[in-house]
Amino acid sequence: MKNYDLVIVGGGPAGLAAAVSARDNGIESILIIERDKELGGILNQCIHNGFGLHTFKEELTGPEYAARFAAQVYERNIEYKLNTMVMDINDDKVVTAMNREDGMFQIQAKAVILAMGCRERSRGALNIPGYRPAGIYSAGTAQRLVNMEGFMPGKKCVILGSGDIGLIMARRMTLEGAKVEVVAELMPYSGGLKRNIVQCLDDFGIPLKLSHTVIDIEGKERVEAITIAEVGPDRKPIPGTEIRYECDTLLLSCGLLPENELSRSAGVNLSPITSGPVVNDSLETNIDGIFACGNVLHVHDLVDYVSQEATTAGKNAANYIKNGKNAEAKEVKIYPEGGVRYTVPATIRPSEMDDTLTVRFRVADVYKNHAICTYFDNELISKRKRPVMAPGEMEQVILTKAKLAEYPELDRITITLEEA
Amino acid sequence: MEKRDLICIGCPLGCPLTVTIENGEVTEVKGNTCPKGDAYARKEVTNPTRIVTSTVVVEGGVAPMVSCKTAADIPKGKIFDVTDALKDVVAKAPVAIGDVLLADVAGTGVDIVATKNVEAI
Repeated sequence: MKNYDLVIVGGGPAGLAAAVSARDNGIESILIIERDKELGGILNQCIHNGFGLHTFKEELTGPEYAARFAAQVYERNIEYKLNTMVMDINDDKVVTAMNREDGMFQIQAKAVILAMGCRERSRGALNIPGYRPAGIYSAGTAQRLVNMEGFMPGKKCVILGSGDIGLIMARRMTLEGAKVEVVAELMPYSGGLKRNIVQCLDDFGIPLKLSHTVIDIEGKERVEAITIAEVGPDRKPIPGTEIRYECDTLLLSCGLLPENELSRSAGVNLSPITSGPVVNDSLETNIDGIFACGNVLHVHDLVDYVSQEATTAGKNAANYIKNGKNAEAKEVKIYPEGGVRYTVPATIRPSEMDDTLTVRFRVADVYKNHAICTYFDNELISKRKRPVMAPGEMEQVILTKAKLAEYPELDRITITLEEA
Repeated sequence: MEKRDLICIGCPLGCPLTVTIENGEVTEVKGNTCPKGDAYARKEVTNPTRIVTSTVVVEGGVAPMVSCKTAADIPKGKIFDVTDALKDVVAKAPVAIGDVLLADVAGTGVDIVATKNVEAI
């Protein structure tokens, strides 16, 4: 069995930033394991711009953003294996992986960073009725086909779900000469960023129908038509509101799910809300020395936040490898309430945390004129007004070590929404 | 007098804006809650511009396609002229980020540059 101090599972934006940060914090023995044929992960197919405004203060495309982090990995001579699939991680941090050159092999790691990212919700998970012809793709699959392989999935297309990838693909298919008939969204609000609705749909006159869903797929060999209908507050179709579109393609952009099969097999506790690991302030899971960052932890809007989070995970993993863990540290739980669905991290150890800690979360609905309130036990610590919050946009609260030090007896932190 | 409705993309608030235009001049912006909205509306109705991103075919490379973008904003009305002009462009590997794949695309004065490195086989 080979030995590495740190094994990073996944060579996308999270894995790359984590590796760079761990190396810069003194860890020499690092291996990144990536299942695709190049580093950069899903950024390589996200050819649109808008990445890196926070990190690099300029607007980059996905491949450019990925290339900048990959370059940092090359400069530092950090080891990586491509075309390699991790099969298992156990709670002793033995990583089992395989590829064509090495066959199956095992690595004993001192620490592991989970950076596997997320995958798209599939048709099977959506229960869409109708036939099962060719021409039904997840938006991300279509994105890979068009942008990397050079194939068009279809000529006339309906998109279900207004997640960002669906919106981006509506524009991309249009630019490549396809006709996008409509984007239908089950919820009464879009799941994507507003600027994407303007630049991807409005620019091209593509209608967005909120509170609509697909109720029938026609065609035995190939998609021939899609029928959508309006849904009521119970999200059930309303008879008489059906609209039928003749088309050859249906793209699905109905949510992303953190990909945690490996985490589960290692015994990592997962949150039923995010489907990602439950982590403390150092982004460490319940298994000592197993950390998580990026979309495997919770799905982010902006890759810049993924890079920031992964940098933290890399630094903390380095610290764990060098100094071990303070098992005595007091842990305070964060309670998400009143429209806050979850928080990452879920617990904080005031003695171990950095000077500042960004707690990220999503809200359950669209809230207008509300404030994000933070309580230490029953005492209101901060109240920040937000004119609008929506599930599609991640929110955050910043906690400081100095403030927490004033409350040595602190039992619980509550983050909640209140009318402003 | 012409009135146009826009949604501001300056921040997540997404203010619904109404812009009044007289003789090609913006005379009023309504609905914005901050100066960003005013600026966005004036640009959007007088000279809206966009970065266009796409792909072109690569010959002799490790990948069949290379991603690319306009090196600067181009007028919104020229988006399809740009994508049409890219149809017949074939890049030769190796391609490096920033390489000009097509100069002065569709008479915009803006170059198309590669956004991905593609090594030769």
